[in-house]
Amino acid sequence: MKGKVTVTINGLIVEVEKGMTILEAAQFLGFPIPTLCHMEGLSPYGACRLCVVEIGEGARAKLVTSCTYPVEEGLKVRTASTRVLRARKMILELLLASCPQSKIIQDLAAAHGVRQQRFRQEHEDCILCGLCVRMCEEQMMAKAIGFRNRGEKRSIGTPFDVHSETCRLCGGCMYVCPACQLRCTYNEPEKAICGGCENLTPPCIEKDPFDDMMCYMTPCVACEQPKN
Amino acid sequence: MKLSSIEKLTEWRSVLAKKNASGKSCLCICAGTACQASGSNEIIRATKRALIERRLLDRLSLRITGCHGFCEMGPFVLTEPQQAFYTQVKAEDVPRIIDAALAGEYVEELLYKDPSTGQKYYHRGDIPFFKNQQRTILEANQKIDPIRIHDYIAEGGYRGLEKVLSVQDPVWVVEEVKKAGLRGRGGAGFPTGLKWEMLAKQRSNGGKFLVCNADEGDPGAYMDRSILEGNPHSIIEGMIIGAYGTGATSGVVYVRNEYPIAIKHLTAALQQARTLGLLGGNILGGGFSFDIEIVRGAGAFVCGEETALIRSIEGKMGEPRQRPPFPIQRGINGKPTAINNVETWANIPVIIVRGADEYAKIGTKNNSGTKIFSLVGKIRNTGLVEVPMGMTIKEIVYNIGGGPVGKAQIKAVQTGGPSGGCIPASMFDLQIDYDSLSRAGSIMGSGGMIVMDENTCMVDLAKYFMRFLKEESCGKCFTCRKGTQRMYEILDDITTGKGTLEHLDLLEELAHVVKDTTMCGLGQTSANPVLSTLRYFRDEYLAHIQNSRCPAQVCKPLLSYSINNNCIGCQACGKACSVNAIHGERKQRHFIDASKCIKCGTCRSVCKYDAVEAA
Ligand SMILES: Cc1cc2nc3c(=O)[nH]c(=O)nc-3n(C[C@H](O)[C@H](O)[C@H](O)COP(=O)(O)O)c2cc1C
Ligand code: FES
Repeated sequence: MKGKVTVTINGLIVEVEKGMTILEAAQFLGFPIPTLCHMEGLSPYGACRLCVVEIGEGARAKLVTSCTYPVEEGLKVRTASTRVLRARKMILELLLASCPQSKIIQDLAAAHGVRQQRFRQEHEDCILCGLCVRMCEEQMMAKAIGFRNRGEKRSIGTPFDVHSETCRLCGGCMYVCPACQLRCTYNEPEKAICGGCENLTPPCIEKDPFDDMMCYMTPCVACEQPKN
Repeated sequence: MKLSSIEKLTEWRSVLAKKNASGKSCLCICAGTACQASGSNEIIRATKRALIERRLLDRLSLRITGCHGFCEMGPFVLTEPQQAFYTQVKAEDVPRIIDAALAGEYVEELLYKDPSTGQKYYHRGDIPFFKNQQRTILEANQKIDPIRIHDYIAEGGYRGLEKVLSVQDPVWVVEEVKKAGLRGRGGAGFPTGLKWEMLAKQRSNGGKFLVCNADEGDPGAYMDRSILEGNPHSIIEGMIIGAYGTGATSGVVYVRNEYPIAIKHLTAALQQARTLGLLGGNILGGGFSFDIEIVRGAGAFVCGEETALIRSIEGKMGEPRQRPPFPIQRGINGKPTAINNVETWANIPVIIVRGADEYAKIGTKNNSGTKIFSLVGKIRNTGLVEVPMGMTIKEIVYNIGGGPVGKAQIKAVQTGGPSGGCIPASMFDLQIDYDSLSRAGSIMGSGGMIVMDENTCMVDLAKYFMRFLKEESCGKCFTCRKGTQRMYEILDDITTGKGTLEHLDLLEELAHVVKDTTMCGLGQTSANPVLSTLRYFRDEYLAHIQNSRCPAQVCKPLLSYSINNNCIGCQACGKACSVNAIHGERKQRHFIDASKCIKCGTCRSVCKYDAVEAA
């Protein structure tokens, strides 16, 4: 079964392992694709839709979730086309509107230039990515929690909300949860997105000797230089 | 009795057909779900009693059939060979109908009359509702009693199977279906022959599955139910032929639990087919085996989606999964599976019996055959209509549907069920087929067709469908769950006067992303109600946002009632108002207190002088 297939990712023609997903191949080659519901060791789920990439060309081009789509011979993939970025930005805006507290989501939003939030603010927090459910079932072999209901009533929990016999309080569910991470408030506590930590401009850019000294060290050596 | 060969079946058919062709008159009464609801059971009982008491059984027979499509006229009696169509019959009419049928005469006052012209029709085939249809599938319903396999066989049933078993070439079967150009009637219009060819090519050591999708979750759609209830053997025959062509070993009919009559008739039909040796092991002695079981669905809309349907058949929670792999590769229990809609299956025997070339002549080039629509809404004749692909919307709405009911002009039709789109009256020359509908921003879907007039608010309509979709989304994928919720939220804001122009841009942007990024067909089509109304009725959105006005006067928060100079002070409105919002002296003009008014519209409906205005 094993073998290689040739695919084109962002114009780069490469040979990759058959059976890989697009996400795995892209990450292997160093093309970043954001995800929230994917984790190595857990089965792909395709729920968060953040990992969409564009495949095919012309009228047949479409977006697919890279975490579930297997590479195939001759596949052409674009991981950051206009269409992909437009979708990702909207998904992040939707995520922020429902789960403003998550640092992971804030960082992703900031990194994708999401600077506004046009939907009514909610605090649902759980984004139903299902990482905890899969962690519990596939790694902890417990199946203590699962999904209930559908549509807007869907939620995660134990059947009938009673403590599950199989739960060993291992904490695996909390460990993987992207929504549990605390919120970054920077210096404006009321704002959901600050973008501070994902700011790629070095803080010392205004300083004179910067050009040669850029280092990204913390604490930064350049910062210790007096302003000229 | 087991039929041991093709010849035995042919022989038996000619015996049955001869018996039926004795020239005896017959009364057909529909016992479909809609007609039962309007009282056809009582008519059937009265007829049976009369026939027995008067010892008429050898001169007149009674046939209880499935749905004929014109359900609003039920309960009705159709006589054969006269073809007199008596509508909205009551039990006391039965003796007269029997006398007339025996004498070859008519009960004039019970005959169908055109509600607008008053013209009386003596022959059912002349009634515009029927005359303008082309009923290749539904026509059989009136000729057979669904729980009597004899009727089906006498009418030429299982002739398709006979032909397939005598040609003895699976590739030929698939080629015929491909050549016929049949496209799946479940919504997406995928070429059925191609799907079968892919299934036939799959290698599997644990068998392959065929599924008949009878989930039919679209509100208001009931064509699949009507076929299952009225002609279950056509589905069974279609599936056996499909199994022969694709090498499938097991079949499943997935029916929603809300269809008890369909389940009952199908169960009986399967039993009869097995007894006769048409289903099960060694079919008609030809060495080929295939059996079908029924699985009842829990009735969620999303369970009709193929990957969700498979999970549901496996006994899991009915939610979609990301494709690929496609069901053709990994379906039920990981085995290759081909899923087709009820109406698709019903077309298979027709194709085989008539031949692919004949069949392909119906309809248009890339859209052959007929399609059954469930025509409802602000239109004179509602019901199931079967027309060749490529008929224009205008012909369906005006020639078959009989045009608008009242004075209000027809404004648009909505096709494709909850996730379909709206097509404005200015485009009624559009020929209906899969491709033209999708170009126009709508979908064929399972064949829902809702007619709307000027009293329908398009923003409100989009909101109505979006509410359905947000509740029926499985909730697994984020953009579908949250996207439909947020679209609903924005539509709700617009219909309650809180909308802004920025909302409109956001709505459009969001709709495109939802369409682009969701996991299954539900999400991918959920933007259609929004995008199509924005495309053709943007002015209505703008009226809501910029002028705080609902042109169709539907969105209550935007309405205000007032009384004009026509008022003569009769006080009728004041008495009718449940919240005492109307003041005024007798014989003087009255006034409405806007702070109390709940905009129920009662005052307007009781006023005889056209004095109450809404704006
Ligand atoms: C949300 C959703 C609901 C569906 N419901 C039905 C249904 O009720 N009946 C049906 O035949 N197909 C339904 N479909 C389409 C099926 O997924 C599938 O495409 C179809 O059964 C294939 O049969 P066909 O090729 O004969 O059309 C639905 C699809 C989606 C996305
Ligand atoms: S979760 Fe159902 S369409 Fe996406």
